[in-house]
Amino acid sequence: MQKHQYEVVVVGAGGAGLTAALYASKTASTAVISKLYPTRSHTGAAQGGIGAALANTEEDHAEWHAFDTVKGSDYLGDQEAIDFMAEEAIDAVLELEHMGLPFSRNPDGTIAQRPFGGHTNNDTGKPVRRACYAADRTGHMILQTLYQQSIKNKVKFFDEFYVIDLLIVDGKTAGVIALELKTGEMHIFQSKTVIIATGGHGRVWEITSNAYSYTGDGVALTLRRGIPAEDMEFFQFHPTGIHKMGILITEGVRGEGGVMINGEGERFMERYAPTVKDLASRDVISRAMYLEIKDGRGIDGKNYLYMDVTPDVVNHYAEIDDRKNPDGSPYRVTADEILSKLPDIIDFCETYIGINPIADPMPVQPTAHYAMGGIPTNKYGEVVVDEKDTVLPGLYAAGEVACVSVHGANRLGTNALLDLIVFGKYSGLKAAEYSAREPFPDLPKDPAAFAMQQLDSIRNSNGNENMIEIADEMKKVMFEHVGVFRVEEGMQIAVDKVRQLKERFKEVRVDDKGLKFNNNLIEAWELSNLLDIAEVTAVSALARTESRGAHSRDDYKKRDDKKWLKHTLAWMENGGVRLGYKPVHITNYKPKDRSY
Amino acid sequence: MQVTLKIFRYNPEDNRKKHFDTFTVEAEPTDRILDLLERIKGTEDGTLGFRRACAHGVCGSDAIRINGVNRLACKVLVQDLKSRKVTIEPILGLPIEKDLIVDMEPFFDHYRSVMPYFVNDDPPPSKERLQSPEERERFDDTTKCILCAACSTSCPSFWVNDKYVGPAAIVNAHRFIFDSRDQAAAERLEILNEQFGVFRCHTIFNCTDACPRDIQVTQAIGEVKKAIIDRNLE
Ligand SMILES: Cc1cc2nc3c(=O)[nH]c(=O)nc-3n(C[C@H](O)[C@H](O)[C@H](O)COP(=O)(O)OP(=O)(O)OC[C@H]3O[C@@H](n4cnc5c(N)ncnc54)[C@H](O)[C@@H]3O)c2cc1C
Ligand code: FES
Repeated sequence: MQKHQYEVVVVGAGGAGLTAALYASKTASTAVISKLYPTRSHTGAAQGGIGAALANTEEDHAEWHAFDTVKGSDYLGDQEAIDFMAEEAIDAVLELEHMGLPFSRNPDGTIAQRPFGGHTNNDTGKPVRRACYAADRTGHMILQTLYQQSIKNKVKFFDEFYVIDLLIVDGKTAGVIALELKTGEMHIFQSKTVIIATGGHGRVWEITSNAYSYTGDGVALTLRRGIPAEDMEFFQFHPTGIHKMGILITEGVRGEGGVMINGEGERFMERYAPTVKDLASRDVISRAMYLEIKDGRGIDGKNYLYMDVTPDVVNHYAEIDDRKNPDGSPYRVTADEILSKLPDIIDFCETYIGINPIADPMPVQPTAHYAMGGIPTNKYGEVVVDEKDTVLPGLYAAGEVACVSVHGANRLGTNALLDLIVFGKYSGLKAAEYSAREPFPDLPKDPAAFAMQQLDSIRNSNGNENMIEIADEMKKVMFEHVGVFRVEEGMQIAVDKVRQLKERFKEVRVDDKGLKFNNNLIEAWELSNLLDIAEVTAVSALARTESRGAHSRDDYKKRDDKKWLKHTLAWMENGGVRLGYKPVHITNYKPKDRSY
Repeated sequence: MQVTLKIFRYNPEDNRKKHFDTFTVEAEPTDRILDLLERIKGTEDGTLGFRRACAHGVCGSDAIRINGVNRLACKVLVQDLKSRKVTIEPILGLPIEKDLIVDMEPFFDHYRSVMPYFVNDDPPPSKERLQSPEERERFDDTTKCILCAACSTSCPSFWVNDKYVGPAAIVNAHRFIFDSRDQAAAERLEILNEQFGVFRCHTIFNCTDACPRDIQVTQAIGEVKKAIIDRNLE
């Protein structure tokens, strides 16, 4: 067993982890531990853009960005943190550019921006160009740029190391335990601070845009150590996943003028969001799609709809909408422009479904996409562990794994990448600050014992349960009953089912008994994380008897601010889930009805 | 339909020599090779070793040899194959760790050796550095690289001598050499002019064929060669 000592340990090398490490390593000894090579992180899959009110082609303000985010969150977002993020956004994007990020450009050489769902001119209510983009691979360019800068700044990496436990001694953070995948050896990392930046958990659901690696390791890790998870019932279903596969078609397609079409050839979003139509918030569109399909207006009556970005259709609706370019001329597109702005989307469609989106519409359905909930933090990334927002010294979380909460009940597109950069930065700075004033905590006697015991119980299990079967059953029941629309009965079925699956998991079979690259063992561990997350999600959802943002119930159709304008906290205790609640921070914007 | 996969196997922890195992699985024409590997691992042999993450061709985890050519397992569908029989091997030229998993460190060492990061020591302006769409377009192609190693490990020059930096490193140098905002082109060209640099390339085009992001790799290498020659003539 090897031992290491660093003041700051960052778990995760995506956008949030790398940003945190770049800042922390300026003044503190820092190590980044990642189960994947950094450039394999899911940030690289992000497509459409990062939000900031640069106002490069039209009027825009950080305050408008903040209000749109509050409204998008269905008023569950914490407003102080949202104001902070919207203000920091402009510097965050400029800083990425200064690091060399190759954004697409306007003719005058400034960073190009496109419209995105829910981002509006607050005077007119019309879509505003706020999403800064690099073609349709913005996340790829962010991840590459941050990794490149990490190399330049000689950040220390432990690649393909899998963190399985968090050490807390006398109420303070003391380090992590990690498994080196190549050798199977355990490593103890003693540290003053830990920044968790492990990403999301979309693999709980059957149809998802998320990578295999999105297994909720960070939230599961902290749950096991008695830290609650916040707002887990709020999970975003993105309207446009490729039918059956779930691969994402960015909202940027609608930003460029694409429209959603039903089986009757109708642009149905007009009926649901008369002002912004296809650029409404994601929860609104996913619900509309569900209703269209339920009423038999799917394509050929089936469970999918069309996303159409063929130039004729785009131009037809741009004319109807009277859409203008920044210079006032009518908005019209050509096939070449679509190709140059959305090359990857076109490649995905050609590769996986044999369709060229410039000639034909794309078949789409809602796909499990983004975790609004996660490890509770304040706006500095400090983890807060109870109803009173008490800070756990030395522990930080940032990125999709964290719940600040800036996304509340529904995240706006482009705000996730922004969240990574802003809260990654502050968690890094705060961790370095803390490290400068605190000594190294002592480690417990046998720091790896807890983790070893859990790992061994999986490794040595001689049961006959098949992992894939357990995983498939979990994904199905969660997609059906804790998906776009929910009712009490269904969610109860999901809770019961997941609990049965957790029992069955105790008899799971792991074929591989070796040490080197034992992915079989890691996948079993990840499945156990997913089962914990599924249970916490379903229990949190069942309790919330209202509809808000991504949590839509057929049996409680309205938002209920009197009872439910509050964050859920869920603890894993005594083999079950205990729920608590904490207030939403409201400053400038009183809750109002939400329409688009 | 049924598909038969002949898969290369090696595990340093058991006593068996390197060999192939054959699996036959049910498949849809639209299944990815990665889906089949997952199915085999999930139902037939949990010890099968391979890497993957995104499953749609953007993270670069799963470059392997499929019927003798380098591809991403997640970007080849059953219907793209010529027959129902397919041979799966690890990429060549990097040490094999287990089954389809190779040691990526030598690859990343080459990548890191070419200063693959933005250099501009002037104090940044208060807003963005300006760059015209044309200047941005100049290096667009090489910004797409996902570091999957499909190109470098398809290159005969790299197989012959693993000290050669390889196409992927050159692509990533190109991305900065032709960026109008960057200031370290001369240093990178210096590095690539060395013994194991860009002139090891014999324009065989395997790399361009292997690239899952359709980067014109050979062309990018040619542009770097030309930049070095032009500079030496000055
Ligand atoms: C297809 C797609 C498109 C998107 N498009 C956009 C967009 O256009 N705009 C936008 O704002 N957002 C977008 N998002 C959302 C956004 O990209 C993600 O929320 C964000 O990138 C997450 O970044 P992260 O740093 O939190 O996590 P990641 O980038 O996923 O990084 C997680 C890291 O944690 C490591 N890790 C995980 N578990 C462990 C463990 N147990 N031990 C050690 N390391 C571990 C991983 O190796 C990885 O390095 C998109 C998401 C998807 C899936
Ligand atoms: S799994 Fe990401 S590229 Fe294939």
